[in-house]
Amino acid sequence: MTQTTEAPAAATTKQSPVLSLRGITKRFGAVQALTDIDLDVYEGEVVALVGDNGAGKSTLVKVMAGVHPQDEGTITFDGRTVHIGSPAESRDLGIATVFQDLALCDNLDVVANLFLGHEKTTGGTLDEVGMEKESWELLRQLSAKIPSVRIAVASLSGGQRQTVAIARSLLGDPKVVILDEPTAALGVAQTAEVLNLVERLRDRGHGVILISHNMADVQAVADRVVVLRLGRNNGEFTIADTSYEDIIAAITGATDNAVTKRAASKLTVQVEALEDAPADSAAAAPAAQDEASTEGENR
Amino acid sequence: MTTTPTKEAATASVAADLQDERLLQAHGVGGRFRAELSRIRTGDLGSLPVAVGLVVIWIVFQSLNSNFLSPNNLVNLLLQSAAIGTIAVGIVLVLLLGEIDLSVGSVSGVAAAVLAVGFVNKGWPLGVAILLAVLAGTVIGLFYGVLYTRFGVPSFVITLAGLLGFLGLQLWVLGKDGSINIDFNSWIVRFCQQMFVSPAVSYGIVVVVALVYAGAALQRRRQRSVAGLSAMSLAEIVVRSALLAVVLGVVVWYLNSGEGRDKGRGIGYMVVLFVAIVVVMNLVLRRSRWGRSVYAVGGNEEAARRAGIKVNRVYVTVFALCSTFAAVGGVLAAGRLASANQASGGADTNLNAIAAAVIGGTSLFGGRGSAYSALLGILVIQSISSGLSLLSLDSSVRYMITGAVLLIAVIVDSISRRSRQSAGRA
Repeated sequence: MTQTTEAPAAATTKQSPVLSLRGITKRFGAVQALTDIDLDVYEGEVVALVGDNGAGKSTLVKVMAGVHPQDEGTITFDGRTVHIGSPAESRDLGIATVFQDLALCDNLDVVANLFLGHEKTTGGTLDEVGMEKESWELLRQLSAKIPSVRIAVASLSGGQRQTVAIARSLLGDPKVVILDEPTAALGVAQTAEVLNLVERLRDRGHGVILISHNMADVQAVADRVVVLRLGRNNGEFTIADTSYEDIIAAITGATDNAVTKRAASKLTVQVEALEDAPADSAAAAPAAQDEASTEGENR
Repeated sequence: MTTTPTKEAATASVAADLQDERLLQAHGVGGRFRAELSRIRTGDLGSLPVAVGLVVIWIVFQSLNSNFLSPNNLVNLLLQSAAIGTIAVGIVLVLLLGEIDLSVGSVSGVAAAVLAVGFVNKGWPLGVAILLAVLAGTVIGLFYGVLYTRFGVPSFVITLAGLLGFLGLQLWVLGKDGSINIDFNSWIVRFCQQMFVSPAVSYGIVVVVALVYAGAALQRRRQRSVAGLSAMSLAEIVVRSALLAVVLGVVVWYLNSGEGRDKGRGIGYMVVLFVAIVVVMNLVLRRSRWGRSVYAVGGNEEAARRAGIKVNRVYVTVFALCSTFAAVGGVLAAGRLASANQASGGADTNLNAIAAAVIGGTSLFGGRGSAYSALLGILVIQSISSGLSLLSLDSSVRYMITGAVLLIAVIVDSISRRSRQSAGRA
């Protein structure tokens, strides 16, 4: 894992980000949901956006998706400063969002949901045949297991619904795909399928923003982790050289605490000591992680 | 291991949409029948309950009064259905969004008043008067749409205010007289009362409809097989088209078979207009992007918004169309009565239009229904009304029976929804 994630991380330092947020602020009445958030996404990388409940992840997603435009701050897409005032504008720019609550219409069939808002037409009428054909091609590419595309989405299982939602996001060939908790309600095999899907998106050159509570998922596919805490940036890590502990500490805010600072300094000493051994540092890195996590449990 | 090659060989010849092995296959006529039966048993009733209800109502009234199913009575029944049926088409649209319009009666009254005052009192050309009457409805609907989308006031309240407000407008437009008669020889009155499609033209329409249906089905079959999807068999297309032609042909023959005083009466042009509105609205709802967005907004407004559908535009157009259809219905009703008065669009117009849409099978909760429910629903309501007046029972009984039928329709809708959910067909 270490080797694969280093390559894109190194590449990203040269090119400019495809989507870049600076100083994003969003208020809901008396609540300051986001304060001065910065976020960069490069082509062909997976950025994990993590944080506790109420950290502002979903709000930030909604800003990028055009559901709730920001109050202050700038969004740069492909080097141009843009204003994302509506979901349609977001989609037209090339940002596709899969929302946590799926946002599917239960009363419509799979084809209608996949093409919702950008249906194909021939001579003014819906091109049902063309859309059905394309739906099958797309679902097959994602090796999705959906028995019929002409049944209402309401009768699909959670995993099948998630697949439909992700497949829908890919129809316009977007540059950035935002996945809000894509594995939250899924079984083991389906989670693995979604993670494969995320890697396939990265390999196709999409920038992927992955929101997740599941650190195993984040560590499995993300290149970088951006941590939000109480509506503010609270650290940015490259997965390759970050431990599970550091991310958890940033999420919970434990980094501000004297005890953890002391523990962290002890940890770095240990890691340095391990890295001094030149022969098999790759093998040593997970060992250091294990040590860190056991230490976490003791504390 | 041994099964893999055979399975691959099998899927190669099966259409792309039938390859999943979990899909229950329906082969031949028997399979088709069994699939339909299971669909109905799991609560996906479609228009079956209302069709059954209509047959029951007809049998009951026919047994009580043998004139009920006479061509003469059915011709009248259809003419009586057209105006309120047109209003019900608009109600179907707002119900698909999960909204309601309580003011369609008043709006139809305003349209009738504008038509009568403009045409009779002011001497406008008939075409101009009709156009302005219908446009008055459109403007009212746009007003509702803007109020709803700008201020987020529930449509129930907006249109309740409209019910009162536009009743006032109707009375104000009509002025002191309160009742204006429209010339019996004017086109609108003849259109609504005396103009019937000649038998030859009626049969011609039946043939054209069946041919268009067959042509569309053949084209769809060709497109689907080119795209590698399952398609209707040729035999099925032929049978369906022939069945459509025969059923419509029998209806036309029966309605034209009136004797004596009714000779020469058949299907009124007003009825043709109403049915055409229903068919066109059904096509628009099923086959256009706008129609798809109406169902999407009715099913999950937030999902529709996030998919990039301009939700506010959908609301405004639907409210505008609903009031426009209400105005068209008002014009037709005025033509049929040959007058506009203070009672135009009053009494039970509102409730009959809403009841027709619901009885016809359009869900009150949005996202489920079809334009045909306006046609079926109004036939049920007018059948009850016509049957009871043949039995010389007064309107007290009519109201009670219509109310009971509406209640049954809503209960059937709720039960079938529950059954759909448990059977995974929601």
